[in-house]
Amino acid sequence: MRGALLVRMTTITQFDTLPERAEIQRGLVAVAMSGGVDSSTVPALLQEQGRPVVGLTMQLWNQRRLPELQGDGPAQHRCCSLDDVYDAKAVAQHLKFPHYVVNFEAQFEERVVRPFVNQYLSGRTPIACTNCNTDVKFEPLLRMARQIGAERLATGHYARIRKNDVTGRWELLRARDESRDQSYFLWGLSQEQLSRSEFPLGELTKEEVRAVARRAQLPVAEKPESMELCFVPNGNYVQFIQAYSRESGISLHGSEGEIVTETGEIIGRHNGVHEFTIGQRKGLGFAVGKPLYVLSIDQKQNRVVVGDDASLRTTTFEIEDVNWVSCGTPEVPLLAFAKIRHKHEPAAATIEPLGMNRARLTFDAPQRAITPGQAAVFYDGDRVLGGGWIR
Amino acid sequence: MNRVYLDYNATTPVEPAVLDALLPYFSEEFGNAASIHTPGQQARAAAETAREQVAALIGARPQEIVFTSGGTESDNHAVFGVVGQAFLPVSSSRNADSFPHIITTAIEHEAVLNVCQALEKSGVRVTYLATDRAGQIDLDELQRDIRPETVLITIMHANNELGTVQPLEEIGRIAKDRDIYFHTDAVQSAGKVAIEVTPLGADLLSLSAHKFYGPKGIGALYIRSGTPLRQLLYGGHHQRGFRPGTENVAGIVGLGKAAEIARASLAADARRVSSLRDKLEQGLLARVPHARVNGSAAPRTPNTTNLVFPGLEGEALLIALDLKGLACSTGAACSSGAVEPSHVLTAIGLPPEEARASLRFSLGRGTTEQEIDFALQVVPAAVEQLRELSPTYPKVVEAR
Repeated sequence: MRGALLVRMTTITQFDTLPERAEIQRGLVAVAMSGGVDSSTVPALLQEQGRPVVGLTMQLWNQRRLPELQGDGPAQHRCCSLDDVYDAKAVAQHLKFPHYVVNFEAQFEERVVRPFVNQYLSGRTPIACTNCNTDVKFEPLLRMARQIGAERLATGHYARIRKNDVTGRWELLRARDESRDQSYFLWGLSQEQLSRSEFPLGELTKEEVRAVARRAQLPVAEKPESMELCFVPNGNYVQFIQAYSRESGISLHGSEGEIVTETGEIIGRHNGVHEFTIGQRKGLGFAVGKPLYVLSIDQKQNRVVVGDDASLRTTTFEIEDVNWVSCGTPEVPLLAFAKIRHKHEPAAATIEPLGMNRARLTFDAPQRAITPGQAAVFYDGDRVLGGGWIR
Repeated sequence: MNRVYLDYNATTPVEPAVLDALLPYFSEEFGNAASIHTPGQQARAAAETAREQVAALIGARPQEIVFTSGGTESDNHAVFGVVGQAFLPVSSSRNADSFPHIITTAIEHEAVLNVCQALEKSGVRVTYLATDRAGQIDLDELQRDIRPETVLITIMHANNELGTVQPLEEIGRIAKDRDIYFHTDAVQSAGKVAIEVTPLGADLLSLSAHKFYGPKGIGALYIRSGTPLRQLLYGGHHQRGFRPGTENVAGIVGLGKAAEIARASLAADARRVSSLRDKLEQGLLARVPHARVNGSAAPRTPNTTNLVFPGLEGEALLIALDLKGLACSTGAACSSGAVEPSHVLTAIGLPPEEARASLRFSLGRGTTEQEIDFALQVVPAAVEQLRELSPTYPKVVEAR
């Protein structure tokens, strides 16, 4: 395959000389506000540019659902908690712009929560945030923003969007502050979605964002960050999956199965494949002489395959639902740097389109724990070329 | 921005004459109506005048009026009060068949529905009567649902979302014949339509000042003499000890004055407001393709119209209109402020997508012809803008 036509897309860097920001449009901007410091700073920045804003906070999940997951006291510092909604409202009142809470519970459950649970139950490790971006924030929320008269939707994501005047395409770029970059979660956006979106924090560091928040005297300027998956209390997704399945009438009885080695030797039992993710070491429930890791999950046979660290490293895999963001679908294999999880250091790879929105990705060097359900996102420098779900 | 307010069912502005009447009772006539001295007696006299004014609005006697903090407390007091009287004294020795039974409707306000649901948890049985598309219950069904243990029928007078009015006289007659207490939540009808408790046959009736140009936080419960009611709050001897708590004299005076004004201007208000409402309704039906009125086949309060604009999200329409300066309402807001699907619209048989595509406009004393013209301009334009981007509208067009 290496002998095939290789197109190393290095010429692209010339676009770095383009204006940093798409031309600022006059008119109303809707801001997606979670109540956290990042998305609360967005309207402050837009107002500094003299642009009218309207705040929208999505009600995504009823925190009183699944009562068995509720700890003591009210849910705090999670998105969709009432505290966060009130924080967003307080910011809007402070900056004096209209703000509305909008109900997307049905869409969130259908497009994010249920797929999240189903993926885990089928032995995959999903990324709910990507679905939420592609299918909720930049779909029904963006549509609502436009329906109420806004030209664009601005969010607190750390990433950048710009128009490439040569190709005519909207391009997605990494955030200026690489440690904050969230472009990995945004690869699913279409040209239409990108053209209607703005990420005003993309040029700033977290400290600069805090500084803007303090300068604007936002009531959330010192609010601690939340890194959790918003609908899963305390990050305990296994408990969440059990509770949600119970509520939906999905029985997890009989989901127990075997833990086997690569050679098929049964060395233990598990309570359900949803409790495992590739590369996981802890929680295998038994101790052997050497460290063992989850290598793969065989849903059909309901087996978890384990082995040593070396066996975790693989080179090639297929991806599906591929979205080419900053360039069109290449006609020949493409060299790029690919990331297979949020915290993965991008590694050189060849991406070969296979048709039907599928592609084969081959790393130059083996990578650890390539995990079905996660996304592979390919970069050329700062540009997100595209991405797809690992099969 | 020039704002047009068409959400009088949510609340109304305090009438200037009401404000004038109540303001002195904050600082000048500040006495505690329970005090023996002269300042106290002056406050007491003001409160008693207000009691007469409220009684006059609904054809009751002053001693049958208890002041409360508003409609929610009045409803709680009525339902808990009747059921508590029938239930609590012997609850420990009850078998399942002898739990008290309440009949209500599926379209009540949460102040009644959630009380019923709370009572169900302690064993009380509740029948939620279905309604037809016009929000009307079936009187025969009501008759059939009465059991020996039925202690209370609680059915609202006018519905807050639709404005539809139930046939209370017939319901009252049935309740009386079967010797069952009858409560009605008249929060949305008091001050809008004439109410006489005796012909209506109501034993208990809730009303709230801020729905008819009085202040928020004050309301009343009418309790027909001789209706045994367990009290809700315990404390001092205010209001015969039956509803303790230092009386909110300024609020009570405001309620009284608002009741007096409502009684005097009710017929004229109704004529004027209903003609504006009809103009709005007919105008919207003519200008917005596929629009329909919800609950149009029943008698309605003169000020309310609820329309469905298929092929859009009412939540987005409400926001779009607010940004253009028109305030109206959809469904009910939950604690975060997001819109929840309306249980009323679902109960009258609207499919969920139509329930979500409905908007309520409620007019009031301050509504002008110019405001209706403004609404007739901005609503059709906003609907069109929303539908252009709506994935569901093409299906609506196709289905017609």
